[in-house]
Amino acid sequence: MKLKRVLTIGLASAGIITAGILFAADHIDSPAVTNQSTDITDIYVFRGQDQNNLVFVANTQGLLAPGATAAAAFDNNTVIEFNIDNNGDAVEDLVIQGISSGGKMRIYGPIKPSETGNRSRLEGNPTAEVAITPYGSSPSIATGVGGIKVFAGPRDDPFFFDLNQFKKVIAGTAPSFNKPGDDSFKGTNVLSLVVEVPKSLLNATTGKVNVWVETKKKI
Amino acid sequence: MKKNILSIISFLTVSVVLFSACDKDDGKPVVYYQTQDQMARPAINTVFVDAAEKDVFNTTTPSAQGAAFAMKFKNKLLALNPGYTTNLLGLDATAFTNVLATDVLTGSTTGVTTFYDGTNVLTGRALADDVIDVELILIFGGPMATMNPGLTSDNVGTNDKAFLTSFPYLATPH
Repeated sequence: MKLKRVLTIGLASAGIITAGILFAADHIDSPAVTNQSTDITDIYVFRGQDQNNLVFVANTQGLLAPGATAAAAFDNNTVIEFNIDNNGDAVEDLVIQGISSGGKMRIYGPIKPSETGNRSRLEGNPTAEVAITPYGSSPSIATGVGGIKVFAGPRDDPFFFDLNQFKKVIAGTAPSFNKPGDDSFKGTNVLSLVVEVPKSLLNATTGKVNVWVETKKKI
Repeated sequence: MKKNILSIISFLTVSVVLFSACDKDDGKPVVYYQTQDQMARPAINTVFVDAAEKDVFNTTTPSAQGAAFAMKFKNKLLALNPGYTTNLLGLDATAFTNVLATDVLTGSTTGVTTFYDGTNVLTGRALADDVIDVELILIFGGPMATMNPGLTSDNVGTNDKAFLTSFPYLATPH
C-alpha cells in the first residue's frame, strides 16, 4: 500500500514535470492546444475482433499520471471528429462525431457531413450514446444504430516511444538512439474514444479509407 | 427510446436558449465547431514541420496540405538525412514527402490493418504497431533498411501493458 502510494506520487510528480515539456505521436506538435482538452495524442484505425468491423480510436489529453486521471474529463464544447475519405481525394465523405454531455458520450454518424473542412456541425441524429467510464471502473460499452459500438473514458496510453531521445536525434544533439530505449509514455493514461463500425457503413468501394481525427471547439 | 428523445429535446432546448444562429432549412439552432487540432499518421508534424508552423499544419485541411507542405517536408527530410536516396518503399525524396505531406491514415476495409508488418504497408495502424521504427526506417534506413543503424529504431518495441483482444482493445488505465 505504502509502496503503491509512493509510486503513485512519484509518477504523478514525474507527470507534472514532464507534462510541460513532453507531449506522443502528436502530443509534441500542437502548441496552441498543449495541455488542453482538445490536444490529440493519437489515432488508430484497425479491423475489429469481428473482421467485418473497423475500429477507430482517438486519444486525447496525453501524459495523464494515474493520480491525475480521475479528474480528467472530456470537454462538453469539443467535438472529436473522425474524418473518413472513401474515394481517395483527402476530403471527408463521412464523419463520425463524439461529444460529451452530462457524463455521456454521444455519437453522430457515420454520416455525410453538410460541409467539409475545418468547420463542422453535429450531423443528423445521435447514433449511439454511452456513459463515460469513470477512472477505476470497468468499461461501459454501448451499441448503437447499425451495430456501432462505443467506449469513452480513460485508458492506458497505447503509444510506446522514446520521445526524449527522439527529440535529441531530430534536433541533431544526439548521434543515435539508446539501447535499450526508454518509453516516455509508460505508466501514463489518455482519454480515449473508441468507436467500432461495421465496414458496410463506410461505403469503401475502393477497399480502403483515408482517416484523420480532428478536435473541433464550439465557436 | 423515450429517454433518448427526452435527452435530445432537452439538448435542443438548451441550445435554443444559448444560440441564436438558425438553420435556414428547418429553423433549428445550429452550433458550429472549429478545428483546433488534427492528426493522422503518427509523429509527422513532430518530425517534418517547423516549430513556427505546427499549429498551421494542425489546422490545414488534408486536401490542402500537400500543396502547402510537400516542398518543406522534402527540405526537412534532406536536412535530417543528407544521404537520402530512396527508402524501403522505393520512394525518392520527392515521392516520399508528397505522400507524407497529405496527412491521412489509410485503412484497408478488405484485409490486414497495419502500419507495416513486413508485407502490408500503410493499411491501418494497429495498437501494437511499432510505428516510430517504421518511420525511422523509411527516413534513415535507405533502400534496404540497412543504413544509419543507430537511427532506425528507438529500441522501445512494445507497450508497457498488454492490449485486449476484444473491445475496447486498449488496456485499463494505470
